[in-house]
Amino acid sequence: MKLTRAFLSSALLGIALIANAVPLKTDLARSSVSAVFKQMNVPVESSFKRFDARIDYDAAHPEKASARVDIDTASFDMGQADYNKEIAKKEWFNSAQFPKASFVSSSIKPAGAGKLAVTGKLTIKGKTQDVSFPLSVKPEGGKQVFEGQLPIKRLAFNVGEGEWQDTSMVADEVVIKFRVAAAQ
Amino acid sequence: MQAQQQERYTTTAIVLHWLIAVLIVGAFTLGLVMTDIPGFSPTKLRYYSWHKWAGVTVLLLAALRLLWRLKNRPPALSAAMPAWQRGAAHGLHHLLYLLLFAVQLSGYFYTLASGFPVVYFGLFQLPVLIAKDPALAETLKGVHYWLNMLLAALVVLHVLAALKHQLIDRDGTMRRMLPGRSH
Repeated sequence: MKLTRAFLSSALLGIALIANAVPLKTDLARSSVSAVFKQMNVPVESSFKRFDARIDYDAAHPEKASARVDIDTASFDMGQADYNKEIAKKEWFNSAQFPKASFVSSSIKPAGAGKLAVTGKLTIKGKTQDVSFPLSVKPEGGKQVFEGQLPIKRLAFNVGEGEWQDTSMVADEVVIKFRVAAAQ
Repeated sequence: MQAQQQERYTTTAIVLHWLIAVLIVGAFTLGLVMTDIPGFSPTKLRYYSWHKWAGVTVLLLAALRLLWRLKNRPPALSAAMPAWQRGAAHGLHHLLYLLLFAVQLSGYFYTLASGFPVVYFGLFQLPVLIAKDPALAETLKGVHYWLNMLLAALVVLHVLAALKHQLIDRDGTMRRMLPGRSH
């Protein structure tokens, strides 16, 4: 009798877990992905207007989490239409050939209260690199908000070819900043 | 009266006047050239930076010049000048001083509103006094442009007036602002 109850409750728990494995619904209006870079030492932050983030996350089992983010490279908004057109060209994102930049997690581990250690593969302009970065997660208005920063080297992804390889003009280091709000 | 006509501005005032003159003509020209370059290129970005550095330099020099001007009376105008010309000269000089500040400040706030702070000579980031605001940037772009056109028109008037004093009136007015040994 006791055994049956134990079996039943664990079966129920199992169902609950399966139910929780359904990805969270991303609230794109409250999410953002931007890049901070230095142009002749001037810090500039510009954001990607279109992206999609898919996160599987259960606060009770953070180690089972996974994440995938796809960014529309042509949506990088530098505040001026002609600049936005330039950045989508071959020397920069080459959006015609590589419309998406993506991040796919390979492992997510808890790293203290409200913190996760994430590793995964970042693909920009057809080049893939292993990356790892800390991610914070906190509940906010019934949603889980994931926030993090990932410094990368733009030249490792061929972003800025030809005369734009000059790092005294645009620094090699670019910090990708993101915030994803998602709910069950 | 002869002595008065040969009196010059102080060396400090003369140096500041000509430094600012060279910088505003340079920055103005650069402003027209750089905004004419389509898309973006390293050259264009470099010109934008130089233009901003020149503007900040003018602002600093203009502040020094105003302080100096308040403490040092300029040499007297030619006694032969009619009252209306004296009034016009004073009015024009006041406007030029005002625009020296207004042009630089409109540019400074324009770049801040566009989300690009100024890093003076690539070394020091200057205060970010307002947040990025695309609508405000669009307004300030027009304000900066038209203040510059007004400044350019007034500079032309200023130069023509100086040449008239020099070539037609021959009253020594222009010499007051030219470098020289005797005072």
